[in-house]
Amino acid sequence: MDRRQFFPRPVVEAGTNRWDWALLPLVLGLLVLLAYGAAQMTRPFALGDPLPLSLDPSHLPYYLLRTNLRMLAAMVLALLFSAVFAVLAAKVRAAEKVLVPMLDILQSIPILGFLSITVTGFIALFPGNLLGVECAAIFAIFTSQAWNMAFSLYQSLRTVPSELDEAARVFQLSGWQRFWRLELPYAMPGLLWNMMMSMSGGWFFVVASEAISVSDQSIKLPGVGSYIAMAIEARDLGAIGWAIVAMLVGIVLYDQLVFRPLVAWADKFRFEDSGSDNAPNSWMLNWLRRTAFTRRAAAWLVDRLEGSLIWFRRHHDGTSIRARPRIAVAAWQRAWDAVLAAAVMVALYQLVRFVHAEVGWSEAGHVLGLGLVTLARVLVLIALAALVWVPVGIWIGMNPRWSGRLQAVAQFLAAFPANLLFPVVVVLIVRWKLDPDVWLSPLMIFGTQWYLLFNVIAGASNIPAELRHAARNLGLSGWLKWRRYLLPAVFPSFVTGAITASGGSWNASIVAEYVSWGDTTLKAHGLGSYIAEMTAKGDFPRIALGIGVMCVFVMGLNHFVWRRLYRLAEDRMHL
Amino acid sequence: MTASIIELHGVGKRFRSADGHPRPVLADVDFHLREGEIVALLGQSGSGKSTLLRIMAGLVPADAGQVRYRGQPLSGPARGISMVFQSFALFPWLTVQQNVELGLEARGVAKAERAVKAEEAIALIGLSGFEGALPRELSGGMRQRVGIARALVTEPDVLLMDEAFSALDVLTGERLREDILELWDGGHMPTQAMLVVSHNIEEAVMMADRVLIFASDPGRIRCQLSVQLPRPRDPESADVRALIDEVYALMTAGAARPTRAAGTVDAAVAPAPLAERLPAADVARMDGLLELLADPPFDGRADLPQLCEEAGLPDAELLPVAHALALLGLAQLDSGDLQLTSLGRRYVEGSHGLRRDLFGQQLVTHVPLIAHIRHSLEQEPSGEMPDKPVLRLLSEHLDDTEAGAVLQTAVSWARHGEVFEYDYNTGALRLPTGEEETATR
Repeated sequence: MDRRQFFPRPVVEAGTNRWDWALLPLVLGLLVLLAYGAAQMTRPFALGDPLPLSLDPSHLPYYLLRTNLRMLAAMVLALLFSAVFAVLAAKVRAAEKVLVPMLDILQSIPILGFLSITVTGFIALFPGNLLGVECAAIFAIFTSQAWNMAFSLYQSLRTVPSELDEAARVFQLSGWQRFWRLELPYAMPGLLWNMMMSMSGGWFFVVASEAISVSDQSIKLPGVGSYIAMAIEARDLGAIGWAIVAMLVGIVLYDQLVFRPLVAWADKFRFEDSGSDNAPNSWMLNWLRRTAFTRRAAAWLVDRLEGSLIWFRRHHDGTSIRARPRIAVAAWQRAWDAVLAAAVMVALYQLVRFVHAEVGWSEAGHVLGLGLVTLARVLVLIALAALVWVPVGIWIGMNPRWSGRLQAVAQFLAAFPANLLFPVVVVLIVRWKLDPDVWLSPLMIFGTQWYLLFNVIAGASNIPAELRHAARNLGLSGWLKWRRYLLPAVFPSFVTGAITASGGSWNASIVAEYVSWGDTTLKAHGLGSYIAEMTAKGDFPRIALGIGVMCVFVMGLNHFVWRRLYRLAEDRMHL
Repeated sequence: MTASIIELHGVGKRFRSADGHPRPVLADVDFHLREGEIVALLGQSGSGKSTLLRIMAGLVPADAGQVRYRGQPLSGPARGISMVFQSFALFPWLTVQQNVELGLEARGVAKAERAVKAEEAIALIGLSGFEGALPRELSGGMRQRVGIARALVTEPDVLLMDEAFSALDVLTGERLREDILELWDGGHMPTQAMLVVSHNIEEAVMMADRVLIFASDPGRIRCQLSVQLPRPRDPESADVRALIDEVYALMTAGAARPTRAAGTVDAAVAPAPLAERLPAADVARMDGLLELLADPPFDGRADLPQLCEEAGLPDAELLPVAHALALLGLAQLDSGDLQLTSLGRRYVEGSHGLRRDLFGQQLVTHVPLIAHIRHSLEQEPSGEMPDKPVLRLLSEHLDDTEAGAVLQTAVSWARHGEVFEYDYNTGALRLPTGEEETATR
């Protein structure tokens, strides 16, 4: 018998190794920071209290921490929301009929719209405490993150491969076991990708969501976003520079400490057998895997999960009387459909009455016109961006030496909140006395053009070698080469990128068409500036009108243009 | 007589086609799976044999009739029934051991006991040492071994195999089949009965105690054949060869119109239906097989199993080609033999142009769908029309994927015979170039 087992376990097994010693301070430091930040979030606060903010760069790390806490809280909320939404929508038919169209609409509501509508409610929820305002900010970030994650999870749950579904049923997995063993792993790569996209969106809107105006009071929550808002008011270009640095640090930290390890870990959930040979790698994940402490923690978690799998098992099989199929009562379904139809009719009636009573039909027509202006901007800008970035992307993608590195750079640029650079543009426009209707437009696509670039790079680097050889062998050159070979080859990935870029541009139009620098405010005519202006005035009926119209435009564009192009790409030009 | 494990009485199944008409897939199937036997279910693709297997697995409910397992009505997957899948259906994120433990975990077996049982099953199927590997690290044959270990570890009463070897190469498939038979005959399996769905005739004859041959439209058991040879069976022995020949003959009986209900009285009189399921035969293969048939050693008549061997094709791929040749009158199917017709002889000896003309002519006379499309195109002033109406016609009797497949086959044949063309980009059918003018005049 082994003698060692008579000693207390921690002494003998020496369950730590040198990786533990390195991790210990990191973990402790992180815990302290989180606790401190969380305590600051729940301070007493009454509307009108000034919140201390300073443009001194030495405060930036603290602001970064607060901003990050908000992002993290929003991300956790978005994950929970996605899980609940996806499971409900995928399993309950009655719920699906309501939830999926609702998400489609929520997705196209501009994010800033949520903030102006919900903030008063949240403040009322926690009277005398800063938490109410924090919640409003977190909710705004949440709205920029949740929808696409929920949609991705729902799509994955609906498209579980039929043979795995059959295997899960033959081996009698219960709903709980099925979720953890089949559905969540299958959905993981898509969910993770969407989390990263959401995070990029979150950074963009954090700037807007921390500086909130309620009933003519402007509240600036301590954070990088408020710091930027203050710097803009104070016309302090140096402070903007510092904010950019802080933002870069934040993005790099998230990438290295959170997403890269997650991506490397999730590689095992890839469903395709073959695929890229170069598995993603992360020093952080390697480190965590080598550390005895985290290994034990992970094993403990897995044990608990597996315990729960055994607990929530199915107790009867297909020969039990309980397994007999229930006959669906058609009357209930029809009743539910009738309720839905009635609700839609009521909503429609309310809408018409609202427009008639509150804003008037001429205003509605005017806003529709503004929507057309913004639509034209979005389309022209995407065309221009395509003209520039498609050739560049193809060139980079075909040069394997560059493609890996530059694709990462483009992805990084997409995550960077472009609105930080807006003040610079304002300064230039004012100095050269340019027309804001034209020169503010590029800002809309400034942050989202990178999606085009990195998708095209990915598409071009995936062109099979045989196709390249064949093209060279045939001596394809000039316009023919582009028309018959290169453009069709990258078309599917271009469409994917363009869909993302278009959605982002609509959202960005609210910030980009209405830009301030100190007391100079530049305004381009369009739907975005209309919403931004009404938000600044606090005119709720008109905010709602603007948001509604934008929603209609985005959904229309998705339905009539992007979805068709996407289907075309899937059908015809799949490599 | 030994006890029945699974009993089917008058089982039927319908699927709804696109326009909402119910389309029968299975009709009136009576079947008993008894203790101690291996039954093979043979039939063409689309004959409903996979659906029948899924009904027995409790995955698909039957619309009519009764399904009982050990006397109890079956309304969902049962613990005593396990399944091996054509595409393995392993969970790619679970290791070999976790995959094998899946069924035990679902039943709530404790971790330590699970590990012991999984280890045994893994050793039984010859995968020791691979417990920690992910499925993607394994070859196809080894993956299917994991699939079998996963099915066996729950000690099933019945093992259902859905074309379990057809995704593997011939050699690997044979080896795995032998291993399973060895386990079965050696009594190492807890399993009382096996049902093997296959479209490989040799596989069925080598494994089964009973071979059921399926007829399609709607799927039903056409006939059954008892195989009383001792295992292991030698594929080269005269008994096995004779049996294979017999199965070929049964499967190709009435093959000129293989997809229609043979034996019904009015089938001989009524014209061939427009929406028949054309055998998915590749034109180049039809040419190749005809040439092979015309040349020595066959000189115009060949035994199908021999032809398979000579052509290097498994029977599942050769049969549709043979059926297509028979359908077009280029060859004849007769008690398991394929014989070149005089027209077929002219075709083989003809030039490229003559072949094209003959093929086109046979298409128009023997395939009503192609004749109908050609006729409709000739009425169009532009000689062109979308494929939608054709698909609509087909989906009156077939489901969407089948309708698409039939149209694809018809298009590939019609292109070869220059009867009509199809533009993939516009989805339009049109008369061959150079013929539009004659059509309009």
